[in-house]
Amino acid sequence: MTSSKQALARPATSADSAPGTPPGAARGAHGPGAPAGDDSWRRRLYRWDMKAAPYAFVAPFFILFGAFSLIPLLYTAWYSLHDVQLSSLDHQTWAGLGNYQRLLSSDFFWNALKNTFTIGLISTVPQLLAALGLAHLLNYKLRGSTAWRVVMLTPYATSVAAATLVFTLLYSWDGGMVNWVLHFFGVDPVNWRESDWGSQFAVSSIVIWRWTGYNALIYLAAMQAIPADLYESAAIDGANRWQQFRHVTIPQLRPTILFTVVVSTIGATQLFGEPLLFGGVSGSKGGSEHQYQTLGLYMYDQGWVIGNLGKASAIAWTMFLLLLIIAAVNLLLTRRLRKSQ
Amino acid sequence: MTTSELTLPKAATEKPGRRRATGAGKQLHAGPVTYVVLTVFALVSLAPLVWTAIAASRTDRRLAETPPPLWFGGNLFKNLQAAWDQAGLGTAMLNSVIVAGTITVSTVLFSTLAGFAFAKLRFRFSGLLLLLTIGTMMIPPQLAVVPLYLWMSDLGWSNQLQTVILPSLVTAFGTFFMRQYLVQALPTELIEAARVDGASSLRVVWHVVFPAARPAMAVLGLLTFVFAWNDFLWPIIALNQQNPTVQVALNALGTGYVPDQAVIMAGALLGTLPLLIAFLLFGKQIVGGIMQGAIKG
Repeated sequence: MTSSKQALARPATSADSAPGTPPGAARGAHGPGAPAGDDSWRRRLYRWDMKAAPYAFVAPFFILFGAFSLIPLLYTAWYSLHDVQLSSLDHQTWAGLGNYQRLLSSDFFWNALKNTFTIGLISTVPQLLAALGLAHLLNYKLRGSTAWRVVMLTPYATSVAAATLVFTLLYSWDGGMVNWVLHFFGVDPVNWRESDWGSQFAVSSIVIWRWTGYNALIYLAAMQAIPADLYESAAIDGANRWQQFRHVTIPQLRPTILFTVVVSTIGATQLFGEPLLFGGVSGSKGGSEHQYQTLGLYMYDQGWVIGNLGKASAIAWTMFLLLLIIAAVNLLLTRRLRKSQ
Repeated sequence: MTTSELTLPKAATEKPGRRRATGAGKQLHAGPVTYVVLTVFALVSLAPLVWTAIAASRTDRRLAETPPPLWFGGNLFKNLQAAWDQAGLGTAMLNSVIVAGTITVSTVLFSTLAGFAFAKLRFRFSGLLLLLTIGTMMIPPQLAVVPLYLWMSDLGWSNQLQTVILPSLVTAFGTFFMRQYLVQALPTELIEAARVDGASSLRVVWHVVFPAARPAMAVLGLLTFVFAWNDFLWPIIALNQQNPTVQVALNALGTGYVPDQAVIMAGALLGTLPLLIAFLLFGKQIVGGIMQGAIKG
C-alpha cells in the first residue's frame, strides 16, 4: 500500500528530467496524512488525471498555435507553388517554381532585399549601441531610477501607426521640424521622402526611436546579474570605469548582446508598418522610386495591392529562408565565440 | 535553439532578489554628466509625443509654415472631434478593446497552463515540445497571412473581429515567459503537498499555480495588451475601413488623399492615449516584466 501511494505522489513519467525539479523532492513529500486509497475507482481516476493533465495543459497552446501558425506556414509553401489571384480565389493552378523564378528575375525583389538589408543595418546598429550606453547609465545609482526607465520605454507604447504619422510630419520637406532644426546648423534642407538615403534614414529613425529603450532594459537586466566582485577585482587591477565597461561588462553581456542582435535582425527582416505609412498614398510601393520598399512591404504590395497571392507566398518563404540562414550563421558565431573563451 | 541558450542563463532565470545583491553598477552613484545624458535621452523619447499634442492643437495650414509650432494652439478639440469622426475612432477603439482584451485573457490563461506544465510536470516529449515552442518564436507573422486570408474568406469572416482574434489567441513567447517564471516562483513541494492531499490537477492549478503565478500573469497581460493593441500587419490585411481596429483606422487616416495634418496628429494622439494612460498607471510593472522576460513579444 505504501509503495503504491509513493508512486502516486511522484510525477507519472520520469523519462526526461524537467529542469528545475530536484529529483529527490517528490520522495520527501508524502507523509502519514496521505488519503487512504481504498476506493479503487477514485484512485484510477486520480492516476489518469496525473497522466493526462500535462497534455491537457499544453494542448490549447499547441492546437491554437499549430492551427494558426504552423499549418499556415506549410500552406504558404504550397500556395507559393501555385498561381493564386486575389480576384479569383477559387482558381488555383499549379505553377511549380514559377513564382520563385519570377521573383529572382525581378529588379523590385532585389531592390527590396537590398533596402531591407540597408535599413536593417542603419536601424539595428545605432539602436543597440545607444541601448547599451543607455543601460550603462541606468545601471548607476540614480534618483528616481524607475521613473527614468518608464520614460525611456514610452516610445514602446506608441504604435507603429501613430509613431510613423508623427515622424512623417517631422520629416516633411517644408515646415518640417527636422529641416527647420538643420537650418539652424547651416545644413540645407533634406528631401526626407524622396531622396534615397534620406528616406531610408528617416524610416530607420522611427525604428530606433521605438525600440532603443526596450533594448536598454534588456541590457540593464543582464548588467544587474553581473557579479560585483568582477568589478572589484578589476578595480584592484587599476581599471578605470571605461576599462571596466570594456573588459568586464561587455564580455559578460555577450550572450544578451547576441540575443538582441538576433531579435532585432528578425524584426528588421519583417519591417513593414513604418515604410508603409511613411509612404502615404503610395505606401506599398515604398516611395516614388521604391527607395524604401522592404521585403515585407513588397509582399503586401504583390499580394494585396496587385493581387498575386501566389507570389506573395513565395516572398514570405524567401524571407523565412533568409531568417533561417541568419539563425544558422548566428549559431555558428555563438559556437565560435564560446570555443574561443 | 539559439534563443534558449542566449536567454536562459542571464536575464530570464535570475531571481530579482539575488540581482540586487550583486548589481554591478549599483554601488556607483551617477554623476551630473549621467543626468545630463539621460535627460537628453528622455527628451528624445518624449518630444515626439508632446509635439503630437502640439500639432493636434493647430491648423493644417499652420503646420506647413516655417518655423513649426512649438507651443499649443486653440484647435485641439475641433481636431480631436474631426479625427474621431473621419477615422471612425469610436468603433475602432471599441474593436481594439475587444480584440486586445480577448487576446490578452486567452494568452495569459493558456500560457500559464502550458508554462506550468513545462515548468513543473513531467511528461513524455516535454523537452522536445519546449524546444519547439522556443524555436517557433522566430517564425515571422508574414509566413501565415496568405493561408489565413484565404481561409477566413472561405468562412465568410472577412472584416470580422474573430478574423483578427483567432490567430493571436496564444503566443510562444507567453508560454516560455510563464515557464521561466514558474520554474523559480512555484515551489515543487507545494504541488506535491496538494497532490498528497488528493487534489486533482485542476484544483492544483486553481489553488496553487494561479496564486503563485499572479504577478507574472499581470505582467504578461500588460505586455500582451500593448502588443495586441499595436498589431498592424494582419489587421490591415484582414479588416477594412468599415470595421477597423485603431491601427487600421489610423492607417486609413494617414493615407487619405486630402490629408489634414492637424487632424491626423489628433488621430495619432487619440490612438496612443489609452496605452499612454496604461503606461502612467502600470509603467513600473511593464518595465519589470520586460527586464524579466527580456524577449520581444
